Amino acid sequence: MISIRNLTFSWGHRKIFDNISLDIMPHKITAIMGPSGTGKTTLLKLIGGQLKPDSGTIIVDQQNVHTLSRNKLFTLRKKMGMLFQSGALLTDMSVYDNIAFPLREHTQLPESMIRTLVLMKLNAVGLRGARELMPSELSGGMARRVAMARALALDPEMIMYDEPFTGQDPISLGVLVELIQTLKQTLHLTSIVVSHDVQETTQIADYIYLLSEGKIAGHGTPTELLNSNSLWVQQFMQAKADGPVPFHYPANDLTDDLLAKN
Amino acid sequence: MNIFQTIGQSTLNSLAKLGRANLFFISILVNSSYLLKRPHLLIKQIYSLGVLTFWLICIAGLFVGMVLGLQGVYTLSTFGAESSLGIMVAASLVRELGPVVSALLFAGRAGSALTAEIGLMKATEQLSGMEMMAIDPLKYIIAPRFFAGFISLPLLATFFSAIGIIGGYLAGVELLNVDAGAYWSQMQSSIDFNDDIINGIIKSIIFAWLISWIALFEGYDAHPTSEGISRATTRTVVNSAFAILLFDFLLTALMFGAN
Repeated sequence: MISIRNLTFSWGHRKIFDNISLDIMPHKITAIMGPSGTGKTTLLKLIGGQLKPDSGTIIVDQQNVHTLSRNKLFTLRKKMGMLFQSGALLTDMSVYDNIAFPLREHTQLPESMIRTLVLMKLNAVGLRGARELMPSELSGGMARRVAMARALALDPEMIMYDEPFTGQDPISLGVLVELIQTLKQTLHLTSIVVSHDVQETTQIADYIYLLSEGKIAGHGTPTELLNSNSLWVQQFMQAKADGPVPFHYPANDLTDDLLAKN
Repeated sequence: MNIFQTIGQSTLNSLAKLGRANLFFISILVNSSYLLKRPHLLIKQIYSLGVLTFWLICIAGLFVGMVLGLQGVYTLSTFGAESSLGIMVAASLVRELGPVVSALLFAGRAGSALTAEIGLMKATEQLSGMEMMAIDPLKYIIAPRFFAGFISLPLLATFFSAIGIIGGYLAGVELLNVDAGAYWSQMQSSIDFNDDIINGIIKSIIFAWLISWIALFEGYDAHPTSEGISRATTRTVVNSAFAILLFDFLLTALMFGAN
């Protein structure tokens, strides 16, 4: 479904991806993991065509995302759902209108049909009763579920989740983990989960790519990665404070620093 | 050497920003036909930009007109020409103060709100979210706001001038006993529809274009952080005020310079 080859991307002088290649398998959950600031969200934006790579190709559904015209890119995006970390709900619309929004814009369906579809999507995420609420009245977890329903409104073939578990209470976390899994099983969605929450992600992912310093530091099934020989992979997967990624930010010797004159 | 580098870098940055602003404006024009399909988007924005600024414009217009009336009588009485108060108040308002003051107020009230709104939409990923839903935010969010500003300000400026003239009447005629007949008849005989009123409206149309363009572009181009949005909002008000005053001088020179 998605094939990334020799991707290089920089923000200014800082190289985010240095010649990485990876494949996202259809109808599976692929997780992209790594420490904060490794460019996981940037990778989703590159796949969605919101950013252009310095070099390399991203093929989605047999189309090179970055050579498409704006119209063709928009047509391709209708097949992609994306769940933003913040939910990205439109704040001047109710929950109902947020989900009806892409349907009203992209289809000629009558309002009665749109109502049925919206209620079905909301029912799938358990928030049919919250349809009259405004985004400001939702909790973080509810906002993400509404955003999930909106991402599914156009029945996409793939869905990208940007840090879906960050900042959630245990109950919301459980709901989101279950929803991502259920959606994949029932709708056969190709799913990409960007996350650094090891426990939740390993529960649901079929395959994991670990990113670090612009490279792929490891990849495999959750079991393979948990049993990996790589020290870096072990440090990340088992959340160790010290290891190949040092606890201390590079600095002079402590004694020298303490004895140095101001 | 560092100074030259800084000057060079900031010149390049300014040129790049100007280029982005122009592309942004062209994209608005290209996407404007969408409003014919969704006129309710435009109407909603005319309400929030125009209607909600109406009372501010009315109150400001009334006081500016009253001050003109008071100052006019004071100055004109030196020459025994109080009867020309109507011309002075109306000409000042329709040619200059109506378009300029209403534009400055509009930039402060509606322009800053536009920048903050668009900047926040960017920071909360609402614009990115729309793009990923294959809906162009330039069509859905930016174009309606641009044309709403474009339509609202000339109407507000007209109200400003009309209410200002009433303010001048209240101060000059009701308070300082200038002859009411002279106030209205001198105004009617001296104010020319094309030279004065239409030129004033043309000015406010150009100011509306400037404010809407600057406010929306600053919001769209803002760094998506609290500090970035705050700076963008300030830039909107400051740059709009400069642009209004600069263009006012140029337009006045073009329109009235030969008279």
